[in-house]
Amino acid sequence: MADDRLVIAGREFKSRLWVGTGKYKNFVETQKAIEMSGADVVTVAVRRVNITDRSKDNLLDYIDPKKYTILPNTAGCYTVEDAVRYSRLARAAGVSDLIKLEVLGDEKTLFPDTAGLIEAAKILIKEGFIVLPYTNDDPIVAKKLVDIGCPAVMPLAAPIGSGLGIRNPYNLKILMESVTVPVIVDAGVGTASDAALAMEYGADAVLMNTAIAGAQDPLAMAEAMKYAVWAGRLAYKAGRIPRKLYATASSPIEGML
Amino acid sequence: MPDTIQIQVNGEARDWRSGATVAELLRDLKITTERVAVELNLEILDRAAFAQRSLKDGDRVEILSFIGGGSF
Repeated sequence: MADDRLVIAGREFKSRLWVGTGKYKNFVETQKAIEMSGADVVTVAVRRVNITDRSKDNLLDYIDPKKYTILPNTAGCYTVEDAVRYSRLARAAGVSDLIKLEVLGDEKTLFPDTAGLIEAAKILIKEGFIVLPYTNDDPIVAKKLVDIGCPAVMPLAAPIGSGLGIRNPYNLKILMESVTVPVIVDAGVGTASDAALAMEYGADAVLMNTAIAGAQDPLAMAEAMKYAVWAGRLAYKAGRIPRKLYATASSPIEGML
Repeated sequence: MPDTIQIQVNGEARDWRSGATVAELLRDLKITTERVAVELNLEILDRAAFAQRSLKDGDRVEILSFIGGGSF
């Protein structure tokens, strides 16, 4: 697996599991879970600094930006204007031109507003951002995002934080066949088999947060996800057998009494 | 120019020294300039501008940084 690297916009990634940093009990748990997952890309949100209580630790004291690719997101943005503003702030805060672009449609589903997403992506790409868009499992929208210059697409498996797993495997498969850029399945994974399945379908990577942070034992789940993504990737590359309705014996008939 | 000005920092009203720069504001708030973004009246400042831009009465300053987050 060492030579099986993921490349996006000229950047090489060792891990095909990317993780979010939200919802953990504390920064130590966040740090340990990321370590166990083997992920080398971690997402972060951009928020106001607490100016009244400066005693609180900073997340990036625990996650070394030299060791991990820090991928800021525009989580919580419901308009093109907000998503663009947060992207610019993320870049100004200074890790890179990478942005995981989210333009959300509504609070109940957190489904992407794909029209807004395309509009925001166009603006940001013109400004030199490397836009990784959180999108729906819609192959047509994915193609449009690639056409305007997104170097990867991040379709959801299911609503964010839902843990429902891949709701529409056939759409996801069509999406993967429709675009030439890496596809990172983002959001909705519940457990290890969901991640393995996404990789078996041909996803280039999986991004998750709640499935690990919300598990009874986040560190154990982080490790499970690491192996699930590996196993899924290996199985995809190995090529599975076709499904058949009836049995085929594995042992020879010759030599039987 | 009055000795004190009132500014908004991350949505909170603060009395501040007239003529203080953004860099001084950050220092007084004990915020390291590394990995923060500063928006002054909706304009995102380059880090190099922190020491040059002085604050005026009524200015709205937003100071942001990275926190834990996956998707929203």
